[in-house]
Amino acid sequence: MKQFIGFFRKEFIHIIRDFRSLMILLLMPVIMMLIFGYAINMDIKNAGIAIMDMSGDDMTREISDKILSSGYFELNEVISDQSRVEELFKEGKVKEVLVFEQDFARKYNSEGVAKVQILADASDPNNANMLVNYTNGIIANYLIQKQFSEFLPLQVQSRFRYNENLESVYMFVPGLIALLAMLISTMMTSISITREKENGTMEAILVSPLKPWQIVLGKVAPYAFIALSNLIVILLMGTFVFGVPYRGNLFLLLAVCILFILMALSLGILISTISSNQLMAMIISMVGLLLPTILLSGYIFPIENMPDWLQYISHIFPARYFITALKAVMLKGLGFLYIWKEILIIFGMMMLFLGVSIKKFKIRLA
Amino acid sequence: MFAVEAHNLVKKYKDVQALNSLNFKIEQGEMYGFIGPDGAGKTSLFRILTSLLIPNKGSATVMGHDVVKDYREIRKISGYMPGRFSLYPDLSVEENLQFFASVFKADIQENYHLIKDIYSHIEPFKKRRAGKLSGGMKQKLALSCALIHKPEILFLDEPTTGVDPVSRQEFWEMLGRLQKDGLTIVVSTPYMDEASRCDRIAMIYRGDILAEDTPEAICNMVDGELWSAAGAQGYNLLIFLRSCSECVNVYPFGQEVHFQFHGDHENMQEKVREQFPDVILREIRPSVEDVFLNLSADAAKEKEVLNG
Repeated sequence: MKQFIGFFRKEFIHIIRDFRSLMILLLMPVIMMLIFGYAINMDIKNAGIAIMDMSGDDMTREISDKILSSGYFELNEVISDQSRVEELFKEGKVKEVLVFEQDFARKYNSEGVAKVQILADASDPNNANMLVNYTNGIIANYLIQKQFSEFLPLQVQSRFRYNENLESVYMFVPGLIALLAMLISTMMTSISITREKENGTMEAILVSPLKPWQIVLGKVAPYAFIALSNLIVILLMGTFVFGVPYRGNLFLLLAVCILFILMALSLGILISTISSNQLMAMIISMVGLLLPTILLSGYIFPIENMPDWLQYISHIFPARYFITALKAVMLKGLGFLYIWKEILIIFGMMMLFLGVSIKKFKIRLA
Repeated sequence: MFAVEAHNLVKKYKDVQALNSLNFKIEQGEMYGFIGPDGAGKTSLFRILTSLLIPNKGSATVMGHDVVKDYREIRKISGYMPGRFSLYPDLSVEENLQFFASVFKADIQENYHLIKDIYSHIEPFKKRRAGKLSGGMKQKLALSCALIHKPEILFLDEPTTGVDPVSRQEFWEMLGRLQKDGLTIVVSTPYMDEASRCDRIAMIYRGDILAEDTPEAICNMVDGELWSAAGAQGYNLLIFLRSCSECVNVYPFGQEVHFQFHGDHENMQEKVREQFPDVILREIRPSVEDVFLNLSADAAKEKEVLNG
């Protein structure tokens, strides 16, 4: 025990002495949370729009009003000349232009067909797609109401469960925990263990009576502390700053997070046993783990939209299971019985990483 | 029981043979030195003896414990100071010592008498980071850390490399006092002049032990007379002597040229003076370095013959 405390103390001094890295480690979750919470916003609000109404009758005005009062759009300009459309898009002031043809209401009433054109700036394809869908939806709604002015035979009501207002930040909390666990637990532990190899201090530690698990535990424990404190910061900021609800059992939520952090730590140990220097450890953690965690875990891009082969690959990244499990507990309030599979997979991965690490840990110099 | 016993130790790396079948025995309480240039195999040997490497062939015991099988025991009873500075530069002097004490389950207060002689030199700087110490102080700290758990045997791999001459002197005096207290010390060094500090030395070159004895006995190993020639035209002198049939093992030694001589002095001296009027010729007592240069030249020749 005395050995362990000595080791732990030494490791903590390393971290504290390296003030800049420490600040990065402690402030990173706060900064990332703020960035992800505020800046990266996938919701559409007040997109600039221009309307070219060549008809100017009641019907086009009603449609325009509906669209502008939806909250998604904001009228930037009313234009009368087709050539202005191009200019507006180039200036980047509007994301969408709505064009009503001449004699819109008359044609609708006499011929039964009237034309409205939606032009969207697709230099941002996702955004354009959403804007066009919203506009289509609003116009379709208007038509249904007009046709069956008093009595609606078919009523469509949609509700978004678990995240009623479609807040992006709900999605980012689980993703951010996964990202930081990977960054701090995996990358930092693998770097700090390989640093001892690189500096030759491993030689001095190996000739001591310390057992491999004592060395590894001593190196890992301080980072576990930092990862835990980061976890708490993220969770607290989530509810108090961004109002993310924690609907499930708080203990289960914490248990899932801690399990994931432990898994990330064992992964860090594994990386350190196979890499001979800090650079290699960093590249493996960054390229091999951090990027896939962001891209393939369903954190930002839905897994269902990926081609099959990428979907298969995404199965080997533990963050995928963590995010699924955490969303279930956090947003849906589900219990252990709904996520035991994910928990089991993460636990299995942890045991696998630990087992291989212990087997591969060199009690001698290679 | 011998402190260290090695039988036919062989260590190979991918494309280098670091040790060719080494045999030696080190008595308890002895100060034993491995003398040889860089790349002779000293570090590989020390790492095998401290259980950090496994030999490809042969066996070795330290205080009766096998270096492969009983590595745990060896790690408890031996102190090891690696050739590379292996302390934590961002930890202070005091923190480094505390760390190594805790790792070896030793108590600094209890064992302070062991390191007092050495640690007192660096104690005034105990709050300083180890990375900011001078070369000599770093080595003193490393030695303190290797001693704090009261080892029975001490392995020092090139402890004086990169240390100024005054600190080197001090360092060897400290080792002498530790030996008096009953510690077995195995040390390696590339500096031939340090050999005389050891009870016995082994000259190691390209993985072979060329000779093993007390420093005095080693110095007497040169057969024939050893002469030194000093003059302004050092290089021409060397070429000339190498062309003489009576001179063997001609090699540059600092500013001088050393050579072994068979035959009549008077004749030889005259012959040399004819060519180099300003030359100073004298017969000298061989130093450890002379012996080493002699033996390694022979060994290299032998290898050439073998490789044919």
